[in-house]
Amino acid sequence: MSEVSYIQQRNRPLHYYALIYLAFLYIPVLFLPLFSLNDSIYVAFPLKSFTLKWYEQMFANEPMFAALMNSVRVGVATSILATFLGIFAAKAVTRYRMPGKTPVVSFIMLPLVIPGIIFGVALLILLSRMGIKLTLLTVTLGHVLVCVPFAMATLIPRFEGFDKSIEEASADLGENMWWTFWRVTFPMVFPGIVASLLLCFTISFDEFIMAFFLSGTDPTLPLFMWGQLRFPAKLPGVLALGTLILAVSFFVVFFSQWIRTRGMQSFTPGGD
Amino acid sequence: MSNGTAVVGTVSEPVAAPKSGFGAVFMRSEPLRGYTLLSPTLLIMAFGICIPFAILVTMSFWTQHGFDFDTTLTLNNYNTAVESPVYEALILRSLAISGTCTIVTVLLSYPMAYYVAFHVHRHKMIWIILMTLPFWTSYLLRVFAWKIILGYNGVINSGLKGLGLIEQPLEFLLYSQSAVVITLAHAWAAFAILPMYVSLEKIDRTLLEAATDLGDGPVARFLRVTLPLSLPGIIAATLIIFIPTVGDYITPALLGGPDGIMIGNLIQAQFGKVNNWPMGAALAVAMMITVSVCAVTFMLVTRKAKEHIA
Repeated sequence: MSEVSYIQQRNRPLHYYALIYLAFLYIPVLFLPLFSLNDSIYVAFPLKSFTLKWYEQMFANEPMFAALMNSVRVGVATSILATFLGIFAAKAVTRYRMPGKTPVVSFIMLPLVIPGIIFGVALLILLSRMGIKLTLLTVTLGHVLVCVPFAMATLIPRFEGFDKSIEEASADLGENMWWTFWRVTFPMVFPGIVASLLLCFTISFDEFIMAFFLSGTDPTLPLFMWGQLRFPAKLPGVLALGTLILAVSFFVVFFSQWIRTRGMQSFTPGGD
Repeated sequence: MSNGTAVVGTVSEPVAAPKSGFGAVFMRSEPLRGYTLLSPTLLIMAFGICIPFAILVTMSFWTQHGFDFDTTLTLNNYNTAVESPVYEALILRSLAISGTCTIVTVLLSYPMAYYVAFHVHRHKMIWIILMTLPFWTSYLLRVFAWKIILGYNGVINSGLKGLGLIEQPLEFLLYSQSAVVITLAHAWAAFAILPMYVSLEKIDRTLLEAATDLGDGPVARFLRVTLPLSLPGIIAATLIIFIPTVGDYITPALLGGPDGIMIGNLIQAQFGKVNNWPMGAALAVAMMITVSVCAVTFMLVTRKAKEHIA
């Protein structure tokens, strides 16, 4: 064992560095819940008494609820559409030998590296030239374009993760293409599909820049928050809302990553 | 099969393919079947990316007339962009801010990625999820958290005042370029870790053993084996942070103040208050070209450097 030990030996300083790094990653965000429970409209130390009134006020806030429902609607539509497109693409990319596959996949992945503001204004110009009114539908369109690469990146490892011969066996036993997909492929990639739906929902739910350029009179939740930031008196309410959003996002993403990686291990033991 | 007939009924091309005609060609040609399956996604992405960009570039040659556009093609917007020192200064400042932020983020995140790749053996998945989790949460909220921390009466100022260390709030914290750099570095950290982690994880451990057996100490081994092999991850992380941060406008708008305004804010203003869409389009195109030139130069330089080492 001594041959590997020098690589695997503990590195204390690095370990502490990693812990500090994680703290740096999380602590700033934790100030939102902290001050959302503070009984003062000023976000400052020392903390006053504990209160839940910002949360109570938030639940009585109708425009906020409308924005929340808008975001949920856009998020659900986006995640279903993007995942649907992602399934087609992932299956095609992993199951068929195609010339020019790499450039085509890179092209579909482009939205990952296009700065949001440029993509946003480009779509805005197109929609306005076509005379399409800006609504939640246009926001959904923008979000689908942003989410398809994520859906694909989540689904491709799933399709790669199980043996192609199982599908071939099904075909040999007389099932047609669609039936094979429904009875063999779909159950195998199901955790990937759930993960993709959840991730796309979170991305859409939190997305700001596309929504900023492509929304009409109905704001999504991030846009609503952005509007509230102008009024200092509304700050604690924004903190309460932000806390809830963070909590939900953390839970959804953690769950989606957990389900994705868990399922993978059961199919390919020893692999990651 | 009773509940399956509905599904089967919609199928036009069964697997037991006909022996001749179009069907046979279709079933025998793997690329054709692959591209057919890919086509819905590919078409939507092609329309969604190419057409908006074509019209963005076209509009950058137009002129704004009140609420309408003069669609005669001219280079006026680009001339203005080149001649006016404001635009040039803003682009340079944006490149400087996001360049600094990129370097800071990559340097700080590399040891973290290294730690998880080489020193975490149990619960690795938990570490990876923990590292990348913040990236999936609201960007707006993460930026907003820093406004609370760095603000005039924010966490740092009120905390230090409460401890009696300062009398007056430190004003340089909020509304400065350093505030923008700190916030961007924090917001994009998770993005930097993942590609570097992946390339470090892929390194064949026997190479490290070989280097040690051949007499390299830990530092030499790192510089001659680990670092060069993880270079693709470093390059990916650099580009993945640099490209989007140049155009960021949320962070500068919330934390930058007048000195921290970036090109993204100016582009956004052209589509909002200023209402000069063609100028905004020209600035967006100019920014895209600048960023691409930077990215390509960076890739060429690193490739040359890599050849030099190898």
